[in-house]
Amino acid sequence: MATPRTSPEVGGMGHSIKRKEDPRFIRGKGNYVDDIQLPGMLHMDIVRSPFAHAKIVKIDSSKALQVPGVLAVITGETLKQYNLHWMPTLMSDTQMVLPIEKVMYQAQEVAAVIATGRYAAADGVEAVEVEYDPLPVVVDPFKAMEPGAPVLRTDKEGKKDNHIFHWEVGDRQATEKALGGADVVVEQNIYLPRIHVASIETCGCVADFDRVRGKLTVYMTTQAPHAIRTVIALVAGHVGLSEEKIRVVSPDIGGGFGGKVPVYPGYVIAIAASVVIGKPVKWVEDRMENLQADSFARDYHIRAKLGAKKDGTMTALQIKTIADHGYADAAANPSKFPAGLFSVCTGSYGFAHAFAEVDGVYTNKPPGGIAYRCSFRVTEAVHAIERMTDVLAQELKMDPADLRFKNFIPPEKFPYKSVLGWEYDSGNYAGALKKAMDIIGYPALRKEQAEKRKKGEFMGIGISSFTEIVGAGPSKDFDILGIKMFDSCELRIHPTGKATARFGTKSQGQGHETTYAQIIAEELGIPASQVEVEEGDTDTAPYGLGTYASRSTPTAGAAGAIAARKVREKAKKIAAHLLEVAEDDLVWEVGKFSVKGAPQKSKTIQEIAFAAYTNHPQGMEAGLEAVDYYDPPNLTFPFGSYICVVDIDRGTGEVKIRRFVAVDDCGNIINPMIVDGQIHGGLTMGMAPALMEEITYDESGNIQGGSFMDYLVPTAMETPKWETDKTVTPSPHHPFGAKGVGESATVGAPPAIANAVVDALSHLGVKHIDIPITPEKVWKILKEKGAAE
Amino acid sequence: MGKHSIQLTVNGVAQTGEVESRLLLVHFLRERLRLTGTHIGCDTTHCGACTVLLDGVPVKSCTVLAVQADGRDVTTVEGLEKDGKLDPIQEGFFQEHGLQCGYCTPGMMMTSCALLKSNPDPTEGDIRRAISGNLCRCTGYNNIIKAVQHAAAATRTRQQEARAR
Repeated sequence: MATPRTSPEVGGMGHSIKRKEDPRFIRGKGNYVDDIQLPGMLHMDIVRSPFAHAKIVKIDSSKALQVPGVLAVITGETLKQYNLHWMPTLMSDTQMVLPIEKVMYQAQEVAAVIATGRYAAADGVEAVEVEYDPLPVVVDPFKAMEPGAPVLRTDKEGKKDNHIFHWEVGDRQATEKALGGADVVVEQNIYLPRIHVASIETCGCVADFDRVRGKLTVYMTTQAPHAIRTVIALVAGHVGLSEEKIRVVSPDIGGGFGGKVPVYPGYVIAIAASVVIGKPVKWVEDRMENLQADSFARDYHIRAKLGAKKDGTMTALQIKTIADHGYADAAANPSKFPAGLFSVCTGSYGFAHAFAEVDGVYTNKPPGGIAYRCSFRVTEAVHAIERMTDVLAQELKMDPADLRFKNFIPPEKFPYKSVLGWEYDSGNYAGALKKAMDIIGYPALRKEQAEKRKKGEFMGIGISSFTEIVGAGPSKDFDILGIKMFDSCELRIHPTGKATARFGTKSQGQGHETTYAQIIAEELGIPASQVEVEEGDTDTAPYGLGTYASRSTPTAGAAGAIAARKVREKAKKIAAHLLEVAEDDLVWEVGKFSVKGAPQKSKTIQEIAFAAYTNHPQGMEAGLEAVDYYDPPNLTFPFGSYICVVDIDRGTGEVKIRRFVAVDDCGNIINPMIVDGQIHGGLTMGMAPALMEEITYDESGNIQGGSFMDYLVPTAMETPKWETDKTVTPSPHHPFGAKGVGESATVGAPPAIANAVVDALSHLGVKHIDIPITPEKVWKILKEKGAAE
Repeated sequence: MGKHSIQLTVNGVAQTGEVESRLLLVHFLRERLRLTGTHIGCDTTHCGACTVLLDGVPVKSCTVLAVQADGRDVTTVEGLEKDGKLDPIQEGFFQEHGLQCGYCTPGMMMTSCALLKSNPDPTEGDIRRAISGNLCRCTGYNNIIKAVQHAAAATRTRQQEARAR
């Protein structure tokens, strides 16, 4: 879509119109959960466990109840009266809301204090006395699987080990045979550590139960308000919360990135407290609670084998993974995919044979397995294949770009059926890599690198040619708790030709109020400035599964286009009536129907909208609106090629990103400015785990990295200048050819950076470094190889 | 817990309050004055979402006590727009797509305002250093830097125009 079809005033697809949400944000007039203050509102604060695994001997609330302002202390025993002390996870596991017998990770919720103010609640937390009896702690998932390891989930009758699930895909035997017959096989352990999304707004809610109306309203930091409403109805139906009496409102959200998909115990306790007390209850985490107790991403221990012919043709891929899920499998994957979409691990390359298996394991850590700005384990898959490609290139002494060109799925093979079962919709992988190489000047960089090596300087060039898999998903395979993963739009055209469009998703900064309005503008010619987009209120918006996994444009965006096309169908009938011609005699151009061969005879969408309420044809329903629940026929497969150039300081081991070129292809683009912004943010959240972020635990299960002092989120000082460009390969099945873009860069960037660092050190015999590649790790390698300054 | 009477100016308006010794300035602004544009992101001075100007100097209001603001002048994001005209920094963030979720934005703008006051023509490095105590998880900072540059250029233009008049 080179030239936009609409004028800048209409602002349809391809226009970088300014964001409609910004006027309130730049004035400090956003409305986030913590901004909500209801009359009589109480505050909740949480007592958390200092131990990673311990029996609860006694909880003494008596002193806390003496604290001025403290009204109640809620424990597991309190919730047990309502059978709300445990709750189901989205992955058919269970997790505690509040414990009765034992705690399973450090910072786990132990009790909640309800008070008249925020400070009083915190005072109450200090005064609750809990007696613990420590139990043996299991932090290493490999040790967790050893015979004789303490069984953590003693709540599960008959459970004799810490194994959660085994999942596999592909033909194991054929893959092993192919690896046996390969000219060369490379093998590598790759660990993707536990990391945290750390959105700048933490999680929280205001639960407001109206006893007279029997209605519960929950203002909540959630990426999926409709699904949450259903979960509340299913979990708390027995205490009288009925779905039509539950309203979940997701107001402005200060970043989500996957961390605001799960149902955290704090939400449930606040709701229970409001129902019992009959007053609004606010709970907002502080940063340490957020970093220590909310769900984590990654924690994948990967062992990969890649086989190839002498000429570099890849023949077989085998991956075995141990997934550390913490004490509960509370990931937010579609039900049928316990390892998410990890089976996209064959990446951008044509494999005849592949096999992947993942085993989920319990440890004494908070629940893991959620996304970190990526579509269900895609980052893990992409890191594995893109790292392995470079390991192979090094083994074969081939240029990593040449090796990629040799193995890319060629454009003419699309739609392409991967050996692990996906149908890639469209792609031109070589096109993206060529463009990135041209922009960065690849041959000159290789020359420079050779010269620097002679001088003992360390410079590396890293490539990542990734394929994403987003837009979940087609109802035949994709559901969460049985609810199919469609999404929706309800579009109303008002008599004066302005529109209100409501969607089942929820923006957390992606700019839906702008981009969705542009989709409607593109389809109907109503200026985007006159399309009001609403999301996040379950009382008004149509049901949808929410915003994560880059699914908003592929699903809800598609629903918006289809709803607009339904409106256009009706508008055509009205136009035919107004112009006194047959429908077949009308042609649509942006914003109006005109008579074929007589373009001066036309009716604008605004005139038609007015007629829909004032002069509609006899026998036709009045009004001009449509609803669409869009069930995508397939996933979408955005892709890109990234090239990173790093310089390494021999004295400190510091990795400096000198240049980073990102060529992305997300199909047709709605708003180039917003797409660029998404990529900038994604690249930064790709660099973060590649170089800085990691959460570890000591042997006692104490979290290392539980505050912003220890968990290093990139600042403007570490973040380089990103150079972005694009190719455009539309999705053939999406209504307007878009694919989604919010997460591509987070998925694609880490291996580009890791590959660049390994490339800088490859002549020393370095084949792999696990992320985050900290100065300490690099310096140790330099020291070991006698190359440190 | 001791109580204190404080008097301060917030966005040009005189305010008074009876506050506990421990009440944080950010809670005074958000919950007493209902100026909720100043956000809380970490409570530990790392993220900068709560940045306000105290006598023109950017401070993280999550680690300033309300009593410390007694007798002083506070500017929050709500005080940037004057007579219906956006401050150049607000205009810069809007024009350059310097924000996404909007949560870090008020603090980021207050820090930037203070920078431009002391350094009307900052280099990219100056801007990066100035905002290095303000975390943003959405934008990757590139467009924030452009937003500040945009504001710097606009401020210089406004000043030149004022001088010409």
